[in-house]
Amino acid sequence: MNWRAACSEYKVLAKRIIPCLDVTNGRVVKGVNFVELKDAGDPVEIARRYNEAGADELTFLDITASSDNRDLILHIIEAVASEVFIPLTVGGGVRAVGDVQRLLNAGADKVSINTSAVTNPQLVKDASDRYGSQCIVVAIDAKRVGDHWEVFTHGGRKTTGLDAIEWAKKMESLGAGELLLTSMDRDGTKSGFDLDLTRAISDAVDIPIIASGGVGNLQHLVDGVREGHADAVLAASIFHFGEYGIDEAKRYMKQHGIEVRL
Amino acid sequence: MSVDVAIIDYGMGNLRSVSKAIEHVAPSASVVVTADPVVIAAAGRVVFPGQGAARDCMREIDARGLRQVIVDAARGKPFLGICMGMQVLFEHSEEGDTPCLGILPGTVQRFPHEAMHDEQGNKLKVPHMGWNNVHQAMPHPLWAGIEEGERFYFVHSYFVQPASPGAIAGFSHYPFPFTCAVATGNIFAVQFHPEKSQDAGLALLGNFVTWNPGASHTACDMSGAACA
Repeated sequence: MNWRAACSEYKVLAKRIIPCLDVTNGRVVKGVNFVELKDAGDPVEIARRYNEAGADELTFLDITASSDNRDLILHIIEAVASEVFIPLTVGGGVRAVGDVQRLLNAGADKVSINTSAVTNPQLVKDASDRYGSQCIVVAIDAKRVGDHWEVFTHGGRKTTGLDAIEWAKKMESLGAGELLLTSMDRDGTKSGFDLDLTRAISDAVDIPIIASGGVGNLQHLVDGVREGHADAVLAASIFHFGEYGIDEAKRYMKQHGIEVRL
Repeated sequence: MSVDVAIIDYGMGNLRSVSKAIEHVAPSASVVVTADPVVIAAAGRVVFPGQGAARDCMREIDARGLRQVIVDAARGKPFLGICMGMQVLFEHSEEGDTPCLGILPGTVQRFPHEAMHDEQGNKLKVPHMGWNNVHQAMPHPLWAGIEEGERFYFVHSYFVQPASPGAIAGFSHYPFPFTCAVATGNIFAVQFHPEKSQDAGLALLGNFVTWNPGASHTACDMSGAACA
């Protein structure tokens, strides 16, 4: 064994690039614009394409409004997990430990808890105690209020009055294994991550942070890691509409000195 | 009817991905996820996965009466431990101060908080989550076709410290070198998740389902002296 020689070559955990797919009633919405995609709403085909393009993980956000169609996400995850062998995170509508269990059994590797973490923080503790911190992601939607950031729910419409940094620390202490941090000020603006927010949270906790909200170009991904201290970057529209490929994003990050999986 | 590959189900974690990945690389094999000691004992090869906390894993193993069949399988047939299924093969885990199966000599410890900085002083997060380079510390049939330094997907906060350096089959850095694969005789065990590591992971699983430990050079006892 040649430890020394190997040590000098590669020794850095890659920063992750994670495409996020919004799913409702079993279909991917907001469109995904790949070349020659037969069905722009088919989650399995889209997942397969992202896998081939080098996505490090995939996140599915279930935005199904009606509880009648909630189980459709389980079928999607089962189908995707049968042919795409990278980590899958699923969020949206997770309210009880039983929801976490059903998603994990369907093939999800991580389950993201958002609103229910606010209404019932004990869920984060119960789920991580039962299934391990490694599979519990807490999604935090934060918005600047005066000189600090507060946690919002319901897509940024409802404030909780909770300080985002304190909330992140609390979620870590309850057993979250990772935080998915979305700036509601930046989401959809394409003006880049809220780097101050991302850095403040990332530096305040010891668990990995996924930065989300506001990506409009590849430099924003670099900034999220460099300036925001993010461990992973999540984006939707820049990848879905074919503006940039995952491989292109990774090469750009690599050129800017960020370790990625190529 | 005996099965080709038994994946031990002791209620800890996402086993569907493991079974689907093995079915993907061995479409004609019979692959079952099972908690039945009789099925495990009769299987041609055994995969021992696992996620969650060490103490819960050990409790579930004993609650389901699986300890003996796991020990027997690890002695006698191609055996692949994954993640927690690697850690509990050792004697003791720092996680919850948990006595483990003791099939392999050594212990399991947490990434120490004070060491978690890179060379530039940046904080390194725990869990160690994501794709890291895996360095092959010995030639082994399970590494066949996999490049030295290939990236695999990890998610863990604890790592194994084998008492016999000769059993170390692979290592990664975070930020110091830690053992991420061990091999001894018919046992191969990995900290990373081959079932989540895309092509490289599928290659390793494909190597496992055709592995014949008796025919390889890796047979060595737990002292490790013969393997160094």
